[in-house]
Amino acid sequence: MLLGGVILVFLILPTVLVVPMSFSPTNYLQFPPTGFSTRWYGAYFSDPAWIDATLFSLQIAAMTTVVSAVIGTMASVALVRGRIPGQETLTALMLAPLIVPHVVVAIAVYFQLSPLGLIGTRLAFVLVHTALAVPYVLLVVTAALQRVPSSYEMAGLNLGASRLDCFRLITLPLIMPAVAAGSIFAFLASFDETVVSFFISGVEHKTITRKLMEDIEFNLSPLIAAASTIFVVATVLLMWGGTLVRGGDTSKSA
Amino acid sequence: MSIATATPADLAPPAVKKAGSRRARGQLSLGLSLSLLAPLVLLLGWAFFLPIGRLILTSFTEPTFGFARYARIWNEALYIQVFVRTLWIAGACTLLALLIGYPVALLMARKGGWFAKLATICVLVPLWTSVLIRSYAWIILLERNGLINNGLMALGMTDRPLRMLYTDGAVLMAMTHVLLPFMVLPVATALKSIPEDLPRAALNLGASRWNVFWSVILPLSLPGVFAGCLIVFVMSLGFYVTPALLGGPRTLMIATLIGQQALELLDWPFAGALSFVLLVLSLGVTIAFKRLLKLDRVIAHD
Repeated sequence: MLLGGVILVFLILPTVLVVPMSFSPTNYLQFPPTGFSTRWYGAYFSDPAWIDATLFSLQIAAMTTVVSAVIGTMASVALVRGRIPGQETLTALMLAPLIVPHVVVAIAVYFQLSPLGLIGTRLAFVLVHTALAVPYVLLVVTAALQRVPSSYEMAGLNLGASRLDCFRLITLPLIMPAVAAGSIFAFLASFDETVVSFFISGVEHKTITRKLMEDIEFNLSPLIAAASTIFVVATVLLMWGGTLVRGGDTSKSA
Repeated sequence: MSIATATPADLAPPAVKKAGSRRARGQLSLGLSLSLLAPLVLLLGWAFFLPIGRLILTSFTEPTFGFARYARIWNEALYIQVFVRTLWIAGACTLLALLIGYPVALLMARKGGWFAKLATICVLVPLWTSVLIRSYAWIILLERNGLINNGLMALGMTDRPLRMLYTDGAVLMAMTHVLLPFMVLPVATALKSIPEDLPRAALNLGASRWNVFWSVILPLSLPGVFAGCLIVFVMSLGFYVTPALLGGPRTLMIATLIGQQALELLDWPFAGALSFVLLVLSLGVTIAFKRLLKLDRVIAHD
């Protein structure tokens, strides 16, 4: 219990640390802060470069999540319930983006997209981020599908329901927590994605990760702490929302 | 008329029988399976496999045809050193993440209770926080005038600030922290899927708490452990952001070396060659781990 507590502090402290730093009145980072000021929040919200990058990343992540969840769940159903030649090899190939380091993907994709003039476009980001995010959906959803006995669906089929209805009314509700978990990973994989975004960001569109990477490398101003705090708080709110959804789910099944 | 009535009657039984046999196995038809797979296959092919294939090809053909880029990796001690350091950090990172992560997963898997909720929050908040922000936080902590140095000096444990940033230790610590949720979550999922009856039955049959853990809970959580180790090790092999920000120019890992070759030296074919070696390494590890995963499945079925 005590050990657990210490580990939990280790886990959470670095993330929480940015909060006091963000209220620094000084131009540089100082701990403990010598005063209290919200000037860096003002600086974040009044700087179009930060706001544009934030909104751009949110759009990309949302689109990536939807595309990954849909095509990932479809593929999972095919892999678990279908009859596919060379299924094992195919599964391994589909999980490859999980294994292939992002720096390799970044260099490779840059060469692919650059001659096509796709650098910095939403299409490019969503395609590449989906390729990187979809294995998380596959892993979680195939594992959940394997735990759902196919006899449930067979019972539905024998009682006259269509394949689609069996999936929609029996299987999908049972694997929904996994689909939700997979979607969370997919959103994270996109919003967090730094290396590929760093390479394929254009002059016009920059992801928040590219903006952060540039700023952390060149100056450590408390504005980064302020921006970080905003993301951490947004995260907590999202998680709280997620817990509510999941809470509703459990009460339904119970 | 007789033909018209006979035909459906004759056709119906085989049709039902065929559908019945397909249903009995609970399988989808080949056509439906392939259609469900098609969007993902097309997307991965164009946005993932094709670009990587072309990059690898470049490493063999540009500027000259052959293995010159690969001979360079093998012949220069610096590059071998980078590979050894990367393997060492990835291994240490995986082990640390497992040792630190398993107790957290146990806390998370407890039914109800505020402590389980707290544990979940402490795992998910960092997970949702960008790797960049967490690396930035570690910079704040480990800096020359950072929190840890100030604390140590205030406690009188050291007179001078310790040099922690831009060392292997800093990279290892921050990477373990960053990747920890990827260990905790699969383990916790495996732990949660263990039916409550099993440990209860073992307890009722007189097993001690330690025995229940060792012979019931731990073996059943192994799929999660293997999945977690696989993800953490392979991710840390190719990790770029944290070593780039917290490692010094002398603590290169493979990924930062590739980035340096591509971005700073613009030697794309050599970066391609390094990428190929890294890929082979990651794949080899994954295949080895997959064997373990399968082995575990066999044990679980027995």
